[in-house]
Amino acid sequence: MSIIEIKDLYKVYDENSLPVHAVNGINLSFEAGEFTAIVGPSGSGKTTLLNIVGGLDEPTRGDVIIDGIKINELSERQKTDFRMKNIGFVFQSYNLIPVFTAKENVEFIMHLQGKPKEEREERTAELLKAVGLGDRGESRPNKLSGGQQQRVAVARALASKPKFILADEPTANLDSKSTENLLDIMEELNQEENITFIFSTHDQRVVNKAKRVITIQDGTVVSDITR
Amino acid sequence: MIFSFAWRNLWRNKLRSIIIIAAVTLGIFAGIFLTAFTNGMVNSRICSIISTEMSHIQIHQPGFLDNDQFSLLIKDADSIVSLVKKTPNVVAVSKRIIINSMIASAETGTGVKIVGVDPVNESKVTDLSSKIISGRYLDDADRNPVVISERLSQKLKVSLKNKIIITVQDINKNITGGAFRIVGIYRTDNMLFDEANIFVKGTDLCRLTGLDNKEAHEIAVLLNKNKNTDEVTKKLSAMLPGLEVKDWQQLSPEGGYLVSAMNQYMFVFIIVILIALCFGIINTMLMVIMERVHELGMLMAIGMNRLKVFNMIMLETVFLSMTGGLTGLIVGYTAIKYFGKAGINLFFWKDAFAEIGYSAVIYPATDPKTVGITTLLVILAGIISALYPAFKALKLNPSESIRTE
Repeated sequence: MSIIEIKDLYKVYDENSLPVHAVNGINLSFEAGEFTAIVGPSGSGKTTLLNIVGGLDEPTRGDVIIDGIKINELSERQKTDFRMKNIGFVFQSYNLIPVFTAKENVEFIMHLQGKPKEEREERTAELLKAVGLGDRGESRPNKLSGGQQQRVAVARALASKPKFILADEPTANLDSKSTENLLDIMEELNQEENITFIFSTHDQRVVNKAKRVITIQDGTVVSDITR
Repeated sequence: MIFSFAWRNLWRNKLRSIIIIAAVTLGIFAGIFLTAFTNGMVNSRICSIISTEMSHIQIHQPGFLDNDQFSLLIKDADSIVSLVKKTPNVVAVSKRIIINSMIASAETGTGVKIVGVDPVNESKVTDLSSKIISGRYLDDADRNPVVISERLSQKLKVSLKNKIIITVQDINKNITGGAFRIVGIYRTDNMLFDEANIFVKGTDLCRLTGLDNKEAHEIAVLLNKNKNTDEVTKKLSAMLPGLEVKDWQQLSPEGGYLVSAMNQYMFVFIIVILIALCFGIINTMLMVIMERVHELGMLMAIGMNRLKVFNMIMLETVFLSMTGGLTGLIVGYTAIKYFGKAGINLFFWKDAFAEIGYSAVIYPATDPKTVGITTLLVILAGIISALYPAFKALKLNPSESIRTE
């Protein structure tokens, strides 16, 4: 059964002056446990699509249904709550909270969820270990390399036990070794724990690892290949 | 965690936070210290009004205060003095003969208020005897001694042991006069008082004017505590029908107004400081938000709701203002306590202060109420300053903010 259904989705910027069709009639669905890369040139609409799926942006038309809930019909507050409980985000520029340690960054969402301290600490330790940073929990982001920071970001995205992870160009700022390391970890989490990953990327190394590759051009899906 | 998050955010840009905290500290310090300084000046003036010039309560014949009319005498003043002395909270009582008249030295003359006192009782009521800078206070053993101020001695070009002629009207409305020898020269903090008052023995003045020694124009009453003034004034008014009983605030209305007026001025002053600080804090916090648009967008994206973002910015602003505000209060309070004992000697403005009746040595004083209200105002200013930046943060759109670099 699909966990995400995208139906007849449109996003038009500056509709009244010079309309830009960032998403132009996309229909897609994603199953649990997918490891999918959305690829396409810059300005093709990948990030806009991910933002709409993540409830960060409003579609002009169409629906995004996650586990039977039309997220585009939720109020702002409900959407925030929905994101916190159901979606994990990994950003291109890591976006860790600089005043928090790696451990606190991972713990933060669970804190927002109101999870008890023991549970938070246990899961944080487990996640940091899973991303290979079990011994760097007390380090602040500025003491970690780019690759390490992105691994913390992955651990953070997983902390709330989301239904899926949206990763917007997660390897764009990483060197080859860090990229490989990060992808191995995400692949392992996908295979062993059945965590759903949806990437938007330009990076061929990510595409090579993906089980499904969706190509977008000018806001429309031009190919959808499952390997 | 929000508290810890907000507190740590405060120290992201240490220099900027320290600058604004220092500004708040200085502002609050200036506010409460100047309030205490002014309070100290006012206290000193009131203390001078009570202990040197007036005492707490005075009793007269009705109308005497309007024109110091010689004939408005309190008959049998001695028995009234005895009666008043027995009243609870009364420490000392002194009767006075008061005549506005002329005095003359060999060189010149001037109009003054001649106050005839009982030296022993008067020393218990007022502290003029401690303001003698040359010679000594009146003594019962002397005949026709007079104590005049330093300022008056300069005006009359006389010095200690010189004689001055006091010219008065006697009970038969004849002009009479007597030579009085200067036994003491005094100086208070109030030049106007110094220039206007000379002190002689009541018995000498009675002999000169033909008044009965039992009579008086004024009975001055000193109490154990200023706060008992209202109660004793009411009690004496009831006890002494036909006489006018007034407290120092009625006798010197400017002294009474001084306290409330100064308090109001100082609160206006503190509020002006706080408003200025509010703008500084708002400006800083807006800069903080502009710099953190990307991060705030990310926080909203991962599930931090707008209320929590609002609270976080509010807390950061309140922490910023409270850190400065409380430091200012502590530094200010410590300085007030120190200078409250040591005093601040503004000797270079001594004459200017004396012209308006103030001492040049000021002992700043504050009370828990003022400190409490200032603390509340600082907290309030922090909360008010926090509102605009926090609302600004609320309006951020997560997807647009994440794209902001």
